[in-house]
Amino acid sequence: MELLNLDVVREYGGALLQGLAITVVLTLIVIIIALVLAIPVALIRMSPIFLLRTIGSIYVEVIRGTPLLLQLAYIYYVMPGFGLNLDPLSAAVLGLSLNYTAYMSEVYRGGILAVPKHQWEAAATVGMTKAVAFYRIILPQALRIVTPTLGNYFISLFKDTALASVVTVQELTFTGQIISARSYQYFTIYTVTGILYLSVGYPAALFVRWLEKRADNSYRRKKPG
Amino acid sequence: MIELVDIHKSFGSAEVLRGINLSISVGEVVCIIGPSGSGKSTLLRCINFLEQPTSGTILIEGERAYYDHVGPVLKARPEKDIARVRRKLGMVFQDFALFPHLSAIGNVIEGQIYGLGIPRVEALQRASMMLERVGLTGHGDHYPAELSGGQKQRVAIARSLALSPKAMLFDEPTSALDPELVGEVLDVMKSLSGDGMTMVIVTHEMAFAREVADRVVFVDLGKIVEEGPPESVFDNPQNERTQTFLARIMRRS
Repeated sequence: MELLNLDVVREYGGALLQGLAITVVLTLIVIIIALVLAIPVALIRMSPIFLLRTIGSIYVEVIRGTPLLLQLAYIYYVMPGFGLNLDPLSAAVLGLSLNYTAYMSEVYRGGILAVPKHQWEAAATVGMTKAVAFYRIILPQALRIVTPTLGNYFISLFKDTALASVVTVQELTFTGQIISARSYQYFTIYTVTGILYLSVGYPAALFVRWLEKRADNSYRRKKPG
Repeated sequence: MIELVDIHKSFGSAEVLRGINLSISVGEVVCIIGPSGSGKSTLLRCINFLEQPTSGTILIEGERAYYDHVGPVLKARPEKDIARVRRKLGMVFQDFALFPHLSAIGNVIEGQIYGLGIPRVEALQRASMMLERVGLTGHGDHYPAELSGGQKQRVAIARSLALSPKAMLFDEPTSALDPELVGEVLDVMKSLSGDGMTMVIVTHEMAFAREVADRVVFVDLGKIVEEGPPESVFDNPQNERTQTFLARIMRRS
């Protein structure tokens, strides 16, 4: 087994870091979109209106029933035939957002349903309409319930952005593939690529764990000391 | 103040209320007693429309409330109309149903601000008055999880009172409490009745009902079987089912 070839690292390190930057930016854009959009999708899935509920269900089931890789390829290679021409990065943002919104809407839905029914009733008895009750009473409690799960989705999205390579986004994995194929330095390039993923992914995991602790469900005053 | 006319309520094929007629006047304290599953909680929850009756009419302050009759169907009115009537009626739940993510004072101002639109400063003033009224001065910044059951229930009462309701509904307010905490909640309720508050109380506390109620209503199998002043219902029940129920209750205590 050879050791890391430092000359190769020096030569291609810049390109790999650029790939990492794209990976991080892609992750952040998609997680923000999905965190926000998944809430209305969850509400649509629980709507009293049959048609809305059905549309929501079809969306979620189509996304859950097909591979993310195929969804991305479909958006980038098939949709232009229907007049939707997207550059690689936009296609990746769209595909990943559609996918993660669907999954995360299910998480929100579970969280909202986990808030006891009496909370809705108590809100109604103090004069709130349903919309206000949702925003002021139900959502804050649901968010604490779903934080650990959403945190895990965040970490898994970070790694799933590698699939954007299928639509030629030069994120970290794709960059590593190109460079290693050109230089034949598979061991060095892929090892460095892995280290770069870990250098962001591990702190991100620590961040998620910290968030979970902060969002604990005990609802007590933070005791000093 | 509150009038129920021929209220029926079914859950699927189970008929829980079968023709309830009940009229409660201003300042009156009515205790509803009866075996579990008799429909007494459902009856209470119909008054503020947490349950929609299958048929019948509800009048609050002489006005038809919550829904209109369209042929045989009851059609709920727009949400705002329902909220407008509902906020005249405070409600206290068996399990407190406090908002766990808000402090005690937060619980008491929440409905004032986001239900009635009262400015925050005013709401805070009122909230501390209400907490004082239920004997919880100094507990404003405690979260529900940090309070005892009796304290939680008193916060819940303060939360309702802060909205200046015309009447208060209590759904077994002491059933979830440890025995030694029941008294503090009943004391607050007694003082409310002393102030002339209209109250409808579903309860198993017979001694309390005897002391505070103007009228006791015995419900069984979805019907009002017997009603009257506490002395007559408790000491001289006319109906056989009332007698059986009371005999069972009294033997226990």
